[in-house]
Amino acid sequence: MVAGNIRVLVAKPGLDGHDRGAKVVARALRDAGMEVIYTGLRQTPEMIAEAALQEDVDVIGLSILSGAHMALVPRILELVKTNGQEGIKLFLGGIIPDDDIAPLKEMGVTGVYGPGASTEDIVTDIRAAMAETA
Amino acid sequence: MSLSQAVLNQDRLALSRLLTRVENDSEEGRTALNELFPHTGKAHLIGITGAPGTGKSTLVNQLALYYRKTDKRVAIVAVDPSSPFTGGAVLGDRVRMRDLSGDKSVFIRSMASRGSLGGLAQTTAAVVQVFDAAGFDVILIETVGAGQAEVDIARLAHTTLVVEAPGLGDDIQAIKAGILEIADVLVINKADRPGVENTERALRGMLELAHPAKRVFQHHGQQMVVEAAENSDSQNLIWFPVIKRITAKDGIGIDELGEAIENHVAFLREGGEWAARERDQLRATFDALIRETLFKHFLDDLSAEGYDEIISKMAARDISPWGAVESLLKGKES
Repeated sequence: MVAGNIRVLVAKPGLDGHDRGAKVVARALRDAGMEVIYTGLRQTPEMIAEAALQEDVDVIGLSILSGAHMALVPRILELVKTNGQEGIKLFLGGIIPDDDIAPLKEMGVTGVYGPGASTEDIVTDIRAAMAETA
Repeated sequence: MSLSQAVLNQDRLALSRLLTRVENDSEEGRTALNELFPHTGKAHLIGITGAPGTGKSTLVNQLALYYRKTDKRVAIVAVDPSSPFTGGAVLGDRVRMRDLSGDKSVFIRSMASRGSLGGLAQTTAAVVQVFDAAGFDVILIETVGAGQAEVDIARLAHTTLVVEAPGLGDDIQAIKAGILEIADVLVINKADRPGVENTERALRGMLELAHPAKRVFQHHGQQMVVEAAENSDSQNLIWFPVIKRITAKDGIGIDELGEAIENHVAFLREGGEWAARERDQLRATFDALIRETLFKHFLDDLSAEGYDEIISKMAARDISPWGAVESLLKGKES
């Protein structure tokens, strides 16, 4: 289904104001040949789902450092599904306690990355997930 | 239900998916464009161009809010550059448009230029057509940050805004000659900054050179010059570009700018220029399609080895590119 470039929405939901990580990842995905739609700080789940709809992205990458991931992620997944975009793969980066990773994946998150994760791994995982759906 | 039918029924997911197909120039996209074409030709296409960092996205955000006040449906196509090395892109125009989220009558689509050099992507015109057919009243097209030669937008849009900002340098006249010529409305953004008078003077001087025939007042104060410029539209001869100062981040001057754009629309409609621009657009689309289709048509009959062989012959100087094309054409006829 992905005939053109892989399109990725990179967003920061919630109230924390540190977007360095999101920008580093956006840049790395760009260098891997993907088209990254960067939406900036302090996005609500509604804004993220709407942007994903308008941009017809294949992947959503979220950066959450505030600890609110167990509230924000399910809401975003739900909205994306309501919009009819079940096929979108969601990747999550930030400060995520190990105990939360399994439940997040259960909810439908494809990959979770903490401090020190390599951008190469993220690129590889996104490509693998895209190849699966194709 | 076909994708194009769903788009006509205002299905936003179908619209978004069709835009992807069109952007990728797929068979399905072309079929849909063909089906949608009778529904196009209604929207007002406004191009926004200018150097990187002059505030194009912020202005687009404000213009969308302006048109929403009159309940017009607004589509935004924002083009950012693709990397020439990896083909990847960071599309960041949405960052400046967060005021528009939550309004279902605004649809923002980011596009990567994908190697195209004219300030737009190859398929931007087609994407705009889809929005037109989907019933959007106003389509704002934001180009990549432009320098001198990215003037494709003038061929696509009915009204072209060129955005400038103070402090871009005194050599502004020399540098901006190409892009100034395509402006229907010149916007000086960041008008709260020092040096805005100098920028306006430089632009005005440049306009006088570009349109010497319409220049009546040569050395008057600003107020009179503005008047002279705007009076000339009502005569329906030549559109004399208008200069508007705004501060987009605070929404200052946007209503006046909106009025100037409406004046331009009135000018285009009354003088028959609207129809002429439409014909130009269609001609450009048609020409590009012919070129591309014939190119594919000829290459289809040629195997990859055959193609390589011709190149090898050229490298050995056995045949010239001109001769090769001629024999290819002859082969087609027989």
